Amino acid sequence: MTMKLTATAAVMSALVAGAAAAQERISIVGSSTVFPFSTTVAEHFGKATDFATPVVESTGSGGGLKLFCAGAGLDTPDITNASRRIKASEVATCAENGVTEITEVKIGYDGIVMANSREAVPFELTLRDIFLALAANVPDGNGGTMPNPNATWADVNPALPEIRIEVMGPPPTSGTRDAFSELAMEGGCDTFEMVEAMEKADYKAFCHTIREDGAYIEAGENDNLIVQKLTANPNALGIFGYSFLEQNADLVQGSTVDGVAPEFEAIASGDYPVSRSLYFYVKNAHVGQVPGIEEFLAEFTAEDTWGEYGYLTEKGLIPMGEEEMEQFADDAANLTPLSM
Amino acid sequence: MSDLFTSAEKHLKSRHRSESRFRWMGRLAIGFSLGFLAIMLFSIFMLGKGALSRAEIALPVDLTAETVDQSDIEATSFSKLVRNTLFETFPEVTDRGERRRLLGVVSADAQYELKRQVLANPELLGQVQTIWFTASDDIDLYAKGEVDVTLPEDQRRLKDLELGWLNQLEVNGQLRSVFNKAFFTSGDSREPELAGILSALIGSIFSLMVCFALSFPLGIMAAIYLEEFAKKSRWSDFIEVNINNLAAVPSIVFGLLGLSIFLGVFGLPRSSPLVGGMVLALMTLPTIIIASRASLRSVPSSIREAALGMGATQVQSTFHHVMPLAMPGMLTGSIVGMARALGETAPLLMIGMVAFIVDVPQGFTDAATSLPVQVFLWADSPERSFLEKTSAAILVLLGLLIVMNIAAIVLRKKFERRY
Repeated sequence: MTMKLTATAAVMSALVAGAAAAQERISIVGSSTVFPFSTTVAEHFGKATDFATPVVESTGSGGGLKLFCAGAGLDTPDITNASRRIKASEVATCAENGVTEITEVKIGYDGIVMANSREAVPFELTLRDIFLALAANVPDGNGGTMPNPNATWADVNPALPEIRIEVMGPPPTSGTRDAFSELAMEGGCDTFEMVEAMEKADYKAFCHTIREDGAYIEAGENDNLIVQKLTANPNALGIFGYSFLEQNADLVQGSTVDGVAPEFEAIASGDYPVSRSLYFYVKNAHVGQVPGIEEFLAEFTAEDTWGEYGYLTEKGLIPMGEEEMEQFADDAANLTPLSM
Repeated sequence: MSDLFTSAEKHLKSRHRSESRFRWMGRLAIGFSLGFLAIMLFSIFMLGKGALSRAEIALPVDLTAETVDQSDIEATSFSKLVRNTLFETFPEVTDRGERRRLLGVVSADAQYELKRQVLANPELLGQVQTIWFTASDDIDLYAKGEVDVTLPEDQRRLKDLELGWLNQLEVNGQLRSVFNKAFFTSGDSREPELAGILSALIGSIFSLMVCFALSFPLGIMAAIYLEEFAKKSRWSDFIEVNINNLAAVPSIVFGLLGLSIFLGVFGLPRSSPLVGGMVLALMTLPTIIIASRASLRSVPSSIREAALGMGATQVQSTFHHVMPLAMPGMLTGSIVGMARALGETAPLLMIGMVAFIVDVPQGFTDAATSLPVQVFLWADSPERSFLEKTSAAILVLLGLLIVMNIAAIVLRKKFERRY
């Protein structure tokens, strides 16, 4: 009994000793889409400098911003990644909690692709096709709406093959899904004149709501899983990030959207319609308090990192144009606070 | 009379039949489960065995005084050295784009590998040395025969250009496959060829140590008090119901509790195995209490009565006689609870242990992750090579679970007493 108590006491004192020796390192949270890029930079940074390797958590864009805006103390994250721009409401929450100066750094673009198995014929879609195939409600032709009656791709557009609509994509909690709704669904929705007259809330509900009758299958957050399911089912289409298409080009092929194939150059130039910007946000108050933040920003915004031939393009990041890149590199170097 | 006899005989036959039917159904059920288990283990093993080897490429590196300052090795640009070595090995490659692809043949870590080797063996300096570099993940897959070179060029990541270089290297004996020690000795990496399991393994072990140190003594004390000392009352019933309920609470709830109490109120460091272990301890505590109480209850009351009859106090009777007999059951219950904790990711998500951690944690408050989280993160990575790492990490996790369960069985066999 006494022995056990001594052992417990020993463990507890070891814990306290460990607490004193904790190292101060950069803490990064946020989007799972930016995660692969952020971690790659963190790893390079840890190897090339004497600073400790930053800890990068994958919490999702919204979760990351919530943690980031929780306060200005050193126990809150220094940087948060986001696969969408920070919202005005989030900036307000930040300010309420004492996080007043934030630097916004855009890092590049990410394309969202619709792909199917190499064994099937490639799809040539338009945004309108995508909307008509996946929306919960579609225009009935008389100015009203009706539940989506389309069962096969040929119902949507006679030029498409006559196979059942079956699309596997991310669940509503995912940033990819948000971006897909905003870019692809809304883009297709806007091709109908009737939406112009709609109230804002009605418009959003009509354009963003994805059907729930089995044609759209929520396949989880794991894009590798979607690729696997596509190879098993040649009739299905999948929605995922460009980097997964690039890594699995032997198994799946990207559908063209509005005549543009999801390829590196097309996404970089903005010709491919379903592409979004990726960002990270820095808490200016922590610069100088947590060692290495400025150096980390310098590493991230170096030409060798995010440039056209940088190591992030290896990981699937689509770089920005030179002007934009210069502007955000300047913002990062000068810690220009975000103003909205 | 004879009527009764024949009818009983008829019944007997059908009763025997139904018994043998039941036995066969049982055997079938067990056979099915074992079969599926075997298929699962086999497929994970087949996928994961690739992680045990890795491809290396030999390159002649010029380490003479012209390229390396012999007095100040640190000042040398090793990335330039690696770059020039590759360009000299394949002098026919002059196009900028092609040269970039050529640099991608070796892992991104090549310059650090070279630096480490030179610093460790200064006698290499002064001449041209053949150095083995870790190959990049695409080359590694090729060396393992997992790249289908018959596909059209635009469907493979390795183009004809690279295949030509690889051919040349193979013919000259500059491509080899070695045991992938780095998988067990290094932390996570975004480059599949460099990624290792050590930081996650150490993180898991630290968390479990904290978890055990907290939940075992607390759980056993609570069980002993409730079983041996507490009077049966409404209160004790109420507590019992609550403990049973807690054992069934989804684990993410404990993570939320950890986030608001341990991180929010106590201000303990985020992502640390200390907090991870505390959250897991909360989760295992009910399991340990329930198992320990069952184990105490199975000690015959004659033991207690005999001890009390000899004049022992209740504390003496409990700690000298009952607890030693109940210990094997308590230990088994604890280890099973810990094994469950080992496989948890949900509660760790809330306290920041689902993270990319390169450095191996040195203490209980360093940032750390755990084995199942590592499996989750690798499974989510786009690079094809992470598939084998994922499976290998699952095998390590299963190995650890088997060790813990065997420990539970050994302890029980060693100390168990039957009456």
